[in-house]
Amino acid sequence: MISYQIIFNQLGPEPVDRIINHFGEWTLIFILLTLSMTPLKKITKSVEWIKFRRMLGLFTFFYASIHMLSYVGLDYRFDFEPLINDVLKKKFIFIGFSAWLLLIPLAVTSSEKMVRLLKKNWRKIHRLIYIIGIFGVLHYIWLSKTIFFKPLIFLIILVILLLFRIKITRSASKI
Amino acid sequence: MIKFKNSEITPENIYKKRRSFIKSVGLGASTLAISSIPFVNKSLASERDKLTSYKDITTYNNYYEFGTSKSDPYRNSQIFKTTPWDIAIEGEVEKPIKLSMEEISEMFISEERIYRLRCVEGWSMVIPWMGFSLSKLLSKVNPTNKAKFVEFESVYDPAQMKGQRYPVLNWPYNEGLRIDEAMHPLTTVVTGLYGKKLPNQNGAPLRIFIPWKYGFKSAKAIVKIKFVENMPTSSWMWASPREYGFYSNVNPNVDHPRWSQATERIIGEGIWAPRVKTLMFNGYGDEVANLYSGMDLKKNF
Repeated sequence: MISYQIIFNQLGPEPVDRIINHFGEWTLIFILLTLSMTPLKKITKSVEWIKFRRMLGLFTFFYASIHMLSYVGLDYRFDFEPLINDVLKKKFIFIGFSAWLLLIPLAVTSSEKMVRLLKKNWRKIHRLIYIIGIFGVLHYIWLSKTIFFKPLIFLIILVILLLFRIKITRSASKI
Repeated sequence: MIKFKNSEITPENIYKKRRSFIKSVGLGASTLAISSIPFVNKSLASERDKLTSYKDITTYNNYYEFGTSKSDPYRNSQIFKTTPWDIAIEGEVEKPIKLSMEEISEMFISEERIYRLRCVEGWSMVIPWMGFSLSKLLSKVNPTNKAKFVEFESVYDPAQMKGQRYPVLNWPYNEGLRIDEAMHPLTTVVTGLYGKKLPNQNGAPLRIFIPWKYGFKSAKAIVKIKFVENMPTSSWMWASPREYGFYSNVNPNVDHPRWSQATERIIGEGIWAPRVKTLMFNGYGDEVANLYSGMDLKKNF
């Protein structure tokens, strides 16, 4: 869809913004999808969902990387001076960039081999996704002029998905 | 997303295309080639003054009364009723008046005024407005000596304006200027653009435009102009006083707390066009800098 629009110059008045926002939004959608696999497993009592988790996680990383690259490359032309300035001074860029950095170890350790190699540590590392999710949504809220309505929707879904975790661990510790 | 067929595009666009074609045949061809290469980080001065297309001006808007997305105002404003329309000029004046839109268009002749528009979000356009100086309209009343500021109130009509049904901003939209800013010849009452009646999504039937300030200062669909003694609190100041000041002059040296104001992206320049440097007072410093002499513009942002 977006590639068609890029090729045929159908992106409207502010194409660079459209591209960056498009990939940013899909990154967030993939984070939320990744986070909803475990709750879905609990609800439906089917392990099937977990099979998709890694793929969705890697999609998150892929979209986040394009999102970041289009910002660095298309918007700022790899002009690093204002970029570094942005990352350090603008909190929404700082937190977004941090989230991307945190995604790297998750992507690197996503293979079956790594899961076996890292054993228990793998789960610890991959808990980073909660922080990434929070960072990602904060990134969106902070860059928007008002929280209405898309940032708010993402926030509500994220909170629901994180609340599931608290419930799960609680009920698990009771048993 | 709504797409437009070529057949729906207004004649202005065709006119512009022809113009840009003629341009590109001549000197344009080489400059186009250069500017389309990435990593070339310089923009051309002429690009800054090229008129933005009618389509972009009328489909890419910030007008939260009709929704928060850029395409919402065009989509949600088409059935908005602008007749009858009255504008009250009141407050600290000897004799308040009320003028109908017909009276205003009879009293004042609108002329073409091409100004740059710089949005606080970091994008810009060049718009051929139709309008006249606000000072002409304000001269219809005599302000008392208490009057120091002018407040602008936009229409409140949630039945017609979807966005006003939600507490996005404290409705009705409110903006303000110091009297000397309001009386400045560049401060314009806008009644049209591209030689046509002002489209609803651009603030019909009547809005103001202050070219050296960020776009949100230029209130749309105005129903009330009020002379006041104290500095008004605009809707955006009310929403976030840390981020939006009363003056909100375009200033590349004062960053918005969350994003940089040093550069801007020109609307309609396409995917390969680089950002350009933002100019102090949006390039109108010669005309307006004296309004702020001796003021710390970092504090009075």
